[in-house]
Amino acid sequence: MNLDLLFQYIAAGLTYGFIYAIVAIGFNIIYNTTGIINFAQGEFVMLGSMIAISLHPFMPLFPAIVLAVVITMLIGAIMEIAFFRWIESPTILRMIIITIGLSILIREAALAIWGENVRALPYFTGNEVTSVSILGARVSPQVLWVVGVCSVTVLALQAFFKFTRYGWQMRACAVNRDAARLCGIKAKNMVTLSFMLSAGIGALAGCVVSPITYSQYNMGVPLAIKGFTVAILGGLGNYLAAVAGGIVLGIIESFSVWVLPSAYKDSIAIGILLIILFFRPGGLFGSKEELALKEF
Amino acid sequence: MRFLKALLFAVMTFCLLVAPAMAAKTIKIGAILSVTGPASFLGAPEANTLKMLTEEINSKGGINGRKIELIIKDSGANPGKAISFAKQLIEEERVFAIIGPSTSGETLKIKSICEKGKTICISCAAAEKIVNPVAKYVFKTPQKDSFAARKIFMQMQKMGIKKIGVVVGNTGFGLAGKAQLEKIAPEYGIDIVISEVYDKRATDLTALVTKLKARGVQAVVNWSIVPAQAIIAKNMRQIGFNVPLFQSHGFGNIKYVKAAGAAAEGIIFPAGRLLVVDSLPDSDPQKPVLMKYKKDYESRFHEEVSTFGGHAYDALMILVKAIKKAGFDKEKVRDAIENLKGFVGIGGVFNFSPTDHNGLDINSFVMLTVKNGKFTLLKQ
Repeated sequence: MNLDLLFQYIAAGLTYGFIYAIVAIGFNIIYNTTGIINFAQGEFVMLGSMIAISLHPFMPLFPAIVLAVVITMLIGAIMEIAFFRWIESPTILRMIIITIGLSILIREAALAIWGENVRALPYFTGNEVTSVSILGARVSPQVLWVVGVCSVTVLALQAFFKFTRYGWQMRACAVNRDAARLCGIKAKNMVTLSFMLSAGIGALAGCVVSPITYSQYNMGVPLAIKGFTVAILGGLGNYLAAVAGGIVLGIIESFSVWVLPSAYKDSIAIGILLIILFFRPGGLFGSKEELALKEF
Repeated sequence: MRFLKALLFAVMTFCLLVAPAMAAKTIKIGAILSVTGPASFLGAPEANTLKMLTEEINSKGGINGRKIELIIKDSGANPGKAISFAKQLIEEERVFAIIGPSTSGETLKIKSICEKGKTICISCAAAEKIVNPVAKYVFKTPQKDSFAARKIFMQMQKMGIKKIGVVVGNTGFGLAGKAQLEKIAPEYGIDIVISEVYDKRATDLTALVTKLKARGVQAVVNWSIVPAQAIIAKNMRQIGFNVPLFQSHGFGNIKYVKAAGAAAEGIIFPAGRLLVVDSLPDSDPQKPVLMKYKKDYESRFHEEVSTFGGHAYDALMILVKAIKKAGFDKEKVRDAIENLKGFVGIGGVFNFSPTDHNGLDINSFVMLTVKNGKFTLLKQ
């Protein structure tokens, strides 16, 4: 095992990690304001990339991505207003089941609209065979785009929740929705806003990973499973923890391929996840006390 | 009143005697194809091809005076559905023969049903098991997996490649390919030093290709469907791993070349001649058939022709040829297919026999490569 190969495995692991992390961030936003896991998160990722691919023939790449993000945010808002806002007693379980139903609905609609063809956005920089050399490991520039977009998103979210009025209001809803309402916060609007935000971030994730992973109507499912795993591994609701969780899982997967047949990759990753959760039920960076206060 | 009764009786008798004969003026042919679902890249062009051919044959007056009534059932690549459609076609519709299914898994599931129903089934799927062991009523048109593997190894011998890595997706197609490659490699003196299976929905395979690179293989063979066959090509080139990449005959669709973009350049794979019809010499016996099919298909459906539609073309034409020769007796038509020799189709020149229900030989494959985003014959 020479050093170059070691770095190459690490680079592969980081690639997987950041792809998972950028999907995981979307889970955390909705979880933070409503306490539910949105199982349609993977469909936001798919919608974002498919819409951008459809728009790209008519405009340059970056406007297409921005427009795709905006359209997906609107879809997220419509989804919340149509299906969640009017629930009389919004129990966690009921809302989660609605998200599962919606994910199937969106997937089937996408199948009807786009068919089953495999598509992709072009590489943002270079093409399919371009790579840059970092410490002897060669990575596609698109991986750097994923890392960059993921980092900027996390920082922007941290700033949004720390320094803006809407951010405070959303956090207040997350802590105690009734108390927040008593303070005059429109809790329902905050939920809509959180769906829009996570739809937008999901769509953005879909666009940056599309050149690497390709896009198809059902691409959301495997990505959402990994994103969800990573969100839990890091500790639900924490953006930085999602990134750390992603890197941990990605590196584990990458090195499992080195020592064992790659057919075992997923079982090893999930096995290690179970072991970690056995000892740290709140995730790598969550605390037990915090977990005890949460409904789900 | 009596007269009316007599008239009614006469009309009824007429109906009973003549109507079935009138209805029998058509010949029912069933097709079970994955028009939608994960194998739609097979089933959709197959269904298009059958519709196009049926119209053409019917406009020329049908087969021996009878028009074809084509019944296409969309199985969505679901073996359960294929089974119930097969039963429905045989027992209710009483079709003369079944074309399809598109996938190997489905065909193997309905093999015994067609045997029991004594109905001819001409499959459009690749797996060797469909015709080996031979089932009396089951035939298939695509080239055998083992020919693809042999063709790849023969090319490797020419290039002086001895140590290779094999990677396959965890689909029926991938695993069957892996078994064939591992079985045949020793015959050609080729050493498979590493053989790996990956998830068919993998999003990135950088770690896997790094492992291949570390083992110092001289070439890589990948046996999978989209998108993995494009991802593996990209990841190999991205990490600077520039050994030849061989793909299975499943790479034979220009859409996959577009998906892999610049990384597709130089990929080597076996395929039928349809993809490179323009660069075939005029002496090639298949050239006129291929040219006509390509022109008809592309002008009608406005998409590039793929080898998969050709499998359905061959299935229907073989059936038509046999019926023309033997009439409308199922048993005689079955015998006629089994004795059909020298039929020039899309997949190759078919020579059936009681022990060979595929009829193609290894020369039905040629080695192709990708150059400037297009398929071309590999220069030896």
